[in-house]
Amino acid sequence: MRSGKSLEEIRRIISLHKRWDLIFMITGIIALMIAIMTFVALFAHMLIDGLPRLSWEFFTSFPSRRPESAGILSAWVGTTLVMLVTAVAAVPLGIGSGIYLEEYAPRNLLTEIIEINVTNLAGVPSIIYGLLALGLFVYQLGFGQSILAAGLALALLILPVVIVATREAIRSIPITIREGAYALGATKWQTVSDHLLPYSAAGILTGIIIGLARAIGETAPIITIGALTFIAFLPPSPVKNEFPFISFEWLTAPFTVMPIQMFNWVSRPEEAFQLNAAAAGLVLVIMTLAMNGLAIYLRYRMRKNIKW
Amino acid sequence: MAEESQNKLVYAGKLGYSFRRHLHERFIETFLFLSAILSVAIMLAIIVMLVKESVVFFRQVSIWDFLTDTQWTPLFDDAHYGILPLISGTIVSSLIALLVALPMGTIIAIYLSEFAPFSVREIAKPSLELLGGVPTVVYGYFALLFVTPLLQIIFPELPGFNLLSAGLVMGIMIIPYVSSMTEDAMRAVPMNLREGSYAMGATRFQTSIRVVMPAAFSGIAAAYILGISRAVGETMVVAIAAGMQPNLTWNPMEPAATITAYIVQVSLGDLPHGSIGYQTIFAAGLTLLLITLVFNIIGHLLRKRYREIY
Repeated sequence: MRSGKSLEEIRRIISLHKRWDLIFMITGIIALMIAIMTFVALFAHMLIDGLPRLSWEFFTSFPSRRPESAGILSAWVGTTLVMLVTAVAAVPLGIGSGIYLEEYAPRNLLTEIIEINVTNLAGVPSIIYGLLALGLFVYQLGFGQSILAAGLALALLILPVVIVATREAIRSIPITIREGAYALGATKWQTVSDHLLPYSAAGILTGIIIGLARAIGETAPIITIGALTFIAFLPPSPVKNEFPFISFEWLTAPFTVMPIQMFNWVSRPEEAFQLNAAAAGLVLVIMTLAMNGLAIYLRYRMRKNIKW
Repeated sequence: MAEESQNKLVYAGKLGYSFRRHLHERFIETFLFLSAILSVAIMLAIIVMLVKESVVFFRQVSIWDFLTDTQWTPLFDDAHYGILPLISGTIVSSLIALLVALPMGTIIAIYLSEFAPFSVREIAKPSLELLGGVPTVVYGYFALLFVTPLLQIIFPELPGFNLLSAGLVMGIMIIPYVSSMTEDAMRAVPMNLREGSYAMGATRFQTSIRVVMPAAFSGIAAAYILGISRAVGETMVVAIAAGMQPNLTWNPMEPAATITAYIVQVSLGDLPHGSIGYQTIFAAGLTLLLITLVFNIIGHLLRKRYREIY
C-alpha cells in the first residue's frame, strides 16, 4: 500500500462513510414521515371535530346564527356554479393556447414572450388575481360581486395549469403521427383535432382536474372580489319552465363558496362554529383529495397503457 | 370534350373546397392565437389595474411615507400609510416557512431520488402531491386550532394569533412544491455521473451531496425560489392564524399581518369603490406583485441556464 494505509484502515473508513448513508436514509424517512404525519394529524383533527356534524341536514340547510342548525347548502351550490363558469372559460382557452404554442407558434420573439408569460402567471399569487377581478370584472366591466366574476377570476388563475398540461400531453405524441396525417393530405387542424387531441385527451383531462381541484380550494381571490360570507338563499335556477328554458340570471347572483363558508366559521370565537368549520373542511378536503387522486390515477394509467 | 369539362368541374369544386378549407384553418388558427396571446393580456391587465389604482393612491400618499413610515393604519382617523409593518410580517412568516420547507423538502427530494427503493417512491410522490392539494383555508384552520394550542404547551405565553404557527404550517404546506421540483431536477442528472462517482468508491450520500446536487444546482435553486414566491404570496394561513394586526415586529411569537392578510381584511369589510382604503389594497398588491415577480424572474433565468447544461 503506497498510501501507507492498511486494508483494515480503508475498510474502517468505508464503513464510517457507509454509516452516513444510513444516518441520512433515516433522516429522509423521518422528514417524509413528518410531512405525511402532519397531514394525518390535520385529517384526524378535522374528522374528530367535524364528523358528528356531517349529516343530511348539514348539506341541505343554509348558514345560520345558531351553529347547530347551520349548513353548507348555499356554499356547495355556489361552489358548483362557480366551478361551472371556471371550467367553461378555462378549458377551451387553456387547450387552445396549449395547442397554439405546441403546434402552430413560429419560433420568434412573440412566442417567447407568451411562453415566459405563462410561466410568470403560474407564479403570481392568487390574491393578485382577486385584485384583478375586483378592478376589472367587478367594477370596470360591471359584473358586480357575482358568480360570473368569481368564476372568471378562478379561470384566469388555473389557465397556466391547463396550458402546461396540454402542452406536455401534446409534446409526448411522436412526430410520426403528425407526419402520417400530413402525408395523407390532412390539414393542420385535422391533424390536431383527429389525432393529437384524442391521443392527448387523458393528459389534458389530468391537468383540468388538477386545476379545478385547486380552484375549489382557493379562497383569497374570491374574498377579494367581495363574496358575502353569509348567504341564506340560492341563486336563481338555471332551468326555467317557459321558453327558452335556460336562464343565465344565476351568473349575476351574489354567492358564497365552501372555503369562504369555512373561513367565516373559523374566524368566529364560538367553539360550536369551529366544529362546523371542521365539518366543512372535511368535505372540502375529501373533495380535493378525490379530484387529485383521480388525476394521479389517470396519469398512472396513461403511463402504463400508451407505449409509442 | 365531355371529359375535359368534367375535369374542369372537379377542379373548380376542389378549388372551392380548398378555399373553404383554408378559411376554416385560418379561423381556427386565429382563435388559437388569441387564446395564447390572452396570457400576455392577463399579465398586462394585472399590471395596468394595480398601477392605475396605485397612482391615485400615491397622489395622496408620498412614496417616501409609504416606504418609511412605521405604522400602517389606513382605516383609522389618524391614518398612516407605511408598508413596513406588512413587509416585516411577510418576511417573518415567510422565513419561518422556508426554514421548514427548504431543508425538509431537500432531504425528502434527495431521499426519494437517490435512496428510496422504487416502490417507496411510487407511493411517496403521489402522497406528497396530495398534501399540496389541500386547500389553504384548511391549513389555516389547522394552524389556528391544532398547531397553536400545541405550541402553547411549550411556550405558555404564546398568543392565540402568532406568526410562528402560521409560518410552520405554511412551511409544511410548501414542502411538496420544493421536494417535487428538486427531485425532478436531481433525476434529470445523467446516470453516468453517478456511475462515475460510485466507480470511484463514493457512497450514496457522498454521491448525492457532492455530485448530483451540484449538477442539479440551478434546478434546485429554481425550486427554492418557487418556494419563496409561494411563501410570500400565501394568504389564507396567515390571514387565519397570524391575526390581522399590522405590527412592525421581527418576533415570531407576536401577532402580525402580512401584505396578503391585509388585503383579505380590507376585502371582508365594506369599502366603497374609489376610497383611499380601496386604493391601499392595490398599492399593497402592487408591492406583493413586484416582490414575487423579481423572484419569478430569477427562477426563470436559473431554470433556463439549467436546461442548457445537458
